Amino acid sequence: MTPARPRPFDKAAALTTRVATLLFVLLVLWGLWEGYRWLWIKTGWTKPFVVDETTLPHLHDIVGALFESPQVGGPLLIDLLLDSALFTAKEAVVGFAIGATIGFLLGAVIARFQVLQRGLMPYVVASQTIPILAVAPIVVVGLGSLTISGWTPEDWMRVSVIAAYLTFFPVTVNTVRGLSSADPAAVELMESYAASGWAVFWKLRVPSALPYLFSAFKVAATASVVGAVIGELPSSIQDGLGGAIINFNQYYVLNPENLWATNLIAALLGISFFLVVVLVEKLVVRRGPEELV
Amino acid sequence: MSDFVVSAERVTKTFGKGGVTALQEIDLEVGRGEFISLIGPSGCGKSTLLRVIGDLVEPTAGEILVNGKSAHRARLDRDYGIVFQAAVLYDWRTVSKNISLPLELGGWDRARRANRVREMVELVELEGFEKHYPWQLSGGMQQRVSIARALSFSPALLLMDEPFGALDEMTRERLNLELLRIWAETGSTVIFVTHSISEAVFLSTRVVVMSARPGRITAIVPIDLRQPRTAETREEPRFFELVTEVREALHAGGADEIVAELEALE
Amino acid sequence: MTTIAHQPSTRRGRTLGQRAGKWAPAVAVFGLGLVAWQWILPALGIERFLLPPFWDVVTAFWESRDELVRAGWITFQEALGGFALGCSLAFLFALVLARWRPLGRALMPYLIAANAVPIVAFAPITNAWFGILSPWSKIVIAAVLCFFPVLVNTLRGLTSVRPESLELMRSYAAGQPSVFRRVRIPNSLPFVFSALKIASVLAMIGAVVGDYFGGSTEALGVQIVSAVSLAQYETAWAAILVASVLGIAFYAAVALAERLALRWHPSMRGDSE
Repeated sequence: MTPARPRPFDKAAALTTRVATLLFVLLVLWGLWEGYRWLWIKTGWTKPFVVDETTLPHLHDIVGALFESPQVGGPLLIDLLLDSALFTAKEAVVGFAIGATIGFLLGAVIARFQVLQRGLMPYVVASQTIPILAVAPIVVVGLGSLTISGWTPEDWMRVSVIAAYLTFFPVTVNTVRGLSSADPAAVELMESYAASGWAVFWKLRVPSALPYLFSAFKVAATASVVGAVIGELPSSIQDGLGGAIINFNQYYVLNPENLWATNLIAALLGISFFLVVVLVEKLVVRRGPEELV
Repeated sequence: MSDFVVSAERVTKTFGKGGVTALQEIDLEVGRGEFISLIGPSGCGKSTLLRVIGDLVEPTAGEILVNGKSAHRARLDRDYGIVFQAAVLYDWRTVSKNISLPLELGGWDRARRANRVREMVELVELEGFEKHYPWQLSGGMQQRVSIARALSFSPALLLMDEPFGALDEMTRERLNLELLRIWAETGSTVIFVTHSISEAVFLSTRVVVMSARPGRITAIVPIDLRQPRTAETREEPRFFELVTEVREALHAGGADEIVAELEALE
Repeated sequence: MTTIAHQPSTRRGRTLGQRAGKWAPAVAVFGLGLVAWQWILPALGIERFLLPPFWDVVTAFWESRDELVRAGWITFQEALGGFALGCSLAFLFALVLARWRPLGRALMPYLIAANAVPIVAFAPITNAWFGILSPWSKIVIAAVLCFFPVLVNTLRGLTSVRPESLELMRSYAAGQPSVFRRVRIPNSLPFVFSALKIASVLAMIGAVVGDYFGGSTEALGVQIVSAVSLAQYETAWAAILVASVLGIAFYAAVALAERLALRWHPSMRGDSE
């Protein structure tokens, strides 16, 4: 029984359902938040933590704070945060791009040579079990004194290194897996056409590797954002979200909503990076995205 | 009501709002101890009919009685065992534990289960493989485990949905003989869905020929070959006559293109 | 009598020489790596703050070993606590969402998106909740980090059961609890362990990095950051080494549990790389 091609009406209906579910979920979350808050304040429970305006501000206060100025006469919070978010995003994107490229190249080389695979792969895989983020402070501070033939990297570039590092490993692992995942029968078919090594690589192995690659990209996209935020901390870079968090953390007791708002923007940044990858995947891989390989 | 194991009256099944009619007014009576094959082109509803009998699919109209009760009651009373084309064994259970699954669900105690598993393993001739895991067995052996499991609680009825469809010809023929032996030993009634005309004729006491969608019964061909059937049965003239009879019934049911495929497969 | 498809492979079948040969390249790389670390990198002029020579790091570790080990133990406990908390909640939610499928299907995209949130950025807030010195602020971070991946993967595993399997259980008139116990849960184990491995890493990261926003000095993260601020890079690397060893040990423990629990799985036949 073949399904009928979805008509425009069906597509519109599907979209409306999606939006409606989103609104419903947001509503439920808001309800849970405010309900928890109300209940804990009413009963005065102290476990797991004390609830008051400082530890759990009203959701509408948090959103409202976005449209106020943290400094008298200064720009709106949301403007400040968007600028910071863009700064952090820049670090993350540059890092992601570098890490993904190097990761793919290294993965392709490793996939090609069995010896390299057995020699290097255990370490690449093992490196994923190391809390890599722990290295962030050293890298960022250490690179601060680095000069390459008279050129000193700007602050944000050092943070990009963290993002690149975090992207590199999952992309390498999945590139090797993906390039090796081509069906042997399909490879034999190409060989029967006397296809050159490059042709087999680009027309068969790379397309087979795409689902694996995008799975790694999704992990890496999130990791780059996290890496960028963490990387900003020890280097006392003010312009990014990490700096904003430190800033508003200092004045938390006075204005808790600002820190919460910052976290909200950071969360949205992470989600939007993820969604971009999902979108690109939908366009590039006609098959439809694999969710969590 | 009857000594019929299955009694279907005007059973109809339509799927979806678009109204795809899988089964249309099926009337069928299956007596105790019979071996019935359901054969027909793809999409003729034979698997659906099997599932209606097993209360895995609800008919849109008509009445179906299994073992004198409603199909629903029969399922709850575990009056039948079912075998699918895929063995559907659980990877994390050994052969013995796979066979004992329905017994566990039936609340049998350990000693009784162990006894019955031993009997079943002997029945399907898999002695020595009790502690093996499914991935260690060939396809044919997995199906034998599946059959042992289906028969473990001695149901009156055995439903089989193209159980040997994924196996090679030689294994198929061997398993056909084994199935007949098991059928004789247990005395159960079998309803067997297949694509293969020669398999249907070889195994059955009656062959039910179904038409293309909407599925109707085109003909019921009684198979009067001598029992017990052996490998030589396939070479008797009467065998070929019956195969032709079934083939012509399939043609008549509007199965021309599909029959050509079936012939090529044989 | 039909022949067996393939013999179950026994580990004894591989000679010692064969197995050594397989690991040789990796061991060689390890040796080369150590050599490079100790001698080649300094020769190249890699500044000592970026990566001090191996032996200097070892010496620094030895000097502060009491502090570092104690900090490591405390951080590990935080990670373990977060892991236990996050994973158990995830299992609970997964069972509920698998039982009421429409809910699970509707929420899936949100759970996956929630995974993309930089949870570590919430550390200052948990510090405000539990106090900057309390282990709970790190445990909560680690728990949230573990929760989503484990939930998504467990849910996947619970629901990716083939239809014939469910039909089979229906033919046995088995109730839902039975179906869960005998089919869905065993089926989900490979997915669960795969997620648990990831979670072990995330928990360590949460515990260590959570400290970067402030914490007790008896924690690895704080040790790392304060060492860096005092330009004591050897100590910082020593602390990182401790964190890495703990991270690998945690992961290995989960992998071992996986091996034991999934003895029946085809991938555990002993031929896996």
